[in-house]
Amino acid sequence: MAELFEASAWEKVWTYRDTFLLGLGNTVETALLGLLLAFVLGAVFGLMATSGVKALKAISRIYVEIIQNTPLLLQLCFLYYAIAFAGASLGILYTGVLSLGIYHGAYVAEVIRAGIEAIPKGQFEAARSQGFGYAGTMLYIILPQSIKIILPPMVNQVVNLIKNTSCLYIVGGADLISLTYSFVTGANTGGAYAPAYIVSGVMFFVICFPLSTLASRWEGSLKKRESRVAAAPKTSAEARRGAAV
Amino acid sequence: MIKLENVNKFFGDLHVLKDVNLEVAEGEKLVIIGPSGSGKSTTVRCMNFLEEPTSGHVYIDGEELTNHNKTKVVRQTTSMVFQQFNLYPHMSVLRNLTLAPMKLHHKSRKEAEELAYHYLDVVGLRDKAHAYPTTLSGGQQQRIAIARALCAETKIILFDEPTSALDPETIQEVLDVMIRLAKENITMVVVTHEMGFARQVADRIVFMADGQIIEEGKPEHFFVSPENERVKQFLGKIIR
Repeated sequence: MAELFEASAWEKVWTYRDTFLLGLGNTVETALLGLLLAFVLGAVFGLMATSGVKALKAISRIYVEIIQNTPLLLQLCFLYYAIAFAGASLGILYTGVLSLGIYHGAYVAEVIRAGIEAIPKGQFEAARSQGFGYAGTMLYIILPQSIKIILPPMVNQVVNLIKNTSCLYIVGGADLISLTYSFVTGANTGGAYAPAYIVSGVMFFVICFPLSTLASRWEGSLKKRESRVAAAPKTSAEARRGAAV
Repeated sequence: MIKLENVNKFFGDLHVLKDVNLEVAEGEKLVIIGPSGSGKSTTVRCMNFLEEPTSGHVYIDGEELTNHNKTKVVRQTTSMVFQQFNLYPHMSVLRNLTLAPMKLHHKSRKEAEELAYHYLDVVGLRDKAHAYPTTLSGGQQQRIAIARALCAETKIILFDEPTSALDPETIQEVLDVMIRLAKENITMVVVTHEMGFARQVADRIVFMADGQIIEEGKPEHFFVSPENERVKQFLGKIIR
């Protein structure tokens, strides 16, 4: 840790600042494209899980369980080497996008499923009784109510995905963590461990902290809203039923 | 207008509707009564395919309801009022009333709002147009739900125990609205435990028990000289 207080170590980091910025750029690019894929997969599999069609539910369940119960690193290596052995090359960027998108897509699917299932059955029935089809029911009645439930855990997924770009290090990525590691172990640049990791950490923090703050704010205002609704006048019949339960 | 033909419904092993045959004429006010668990709600829910019969046929206005055409047929012919109101909590009262007319019946915002205010007047809640449902009492919410059903201007309105979740003191305000509606040429099918209402507005009363219709007739016959022993028992308990 001695180099923490050495001006020369900090100077070295400053001299090679472009390396860190390049890593940051790659991380952000991977994360944004990965998020896009995760949202698409999450929406598709989340809607499948709540479709009421057994086959679709089963497919969604299998995807979610396999992805959630194996390590991201394993999925990443599997994808990278499977594709490499097949003689193709995706490049490190798309390997990252694909594996992070598939991994977080499973979590996003669960977030969306839970958000939809939290809406009372009566809302679906009211919509159907008015003659809304599936798309109209979702678009006008269910999703606008789900969104408040979905948003906070969704932002957590965004933050996790950004941090998980660091896993690309295992297949020789060009993301912030991988480049930081190359920097501190490089023949010409090595040695400035503490300053390098602090700079790298600050970069992650600057991106992720505002997002998580936003998420907890949302969660807070959602809880406040819920307690207001719960405090709204209930019919005594409802209250009686509540008491009976 | 509505015809159920040999309708059976199973929930798993539970046989909740047993070969139900029922016809409702245009403009008729049909009241379905009976003990809980007798299949009353399931019967009306089959009329708009919220429950799909396990076997048998449902005809609306001569057209057989199928899984394929239900959205279209239901949109054009039936509305429903639920026990738990099921208003959309994220929308104002006005938006609750104009959503289906605008999105499904292709009315302009202006037309839809005129329609909404007209039916808010009918249920006496014009001043609540911009309120949110959760801020209203149960009775008010149910009157809004009735106005929402009316905004679709369908020939049929199904009522599934519309007053069962209400405070005793707000039941009458909802019944009053329904009694006024009964004077219109709307086909009404009402599942209820309100015998006073049944007596006052029903053209015909159907009594269900154990998933079957065991007696039907005009209110005067029904309340004065029921034939079936189960009906006598039920009415004896419920009417003091």
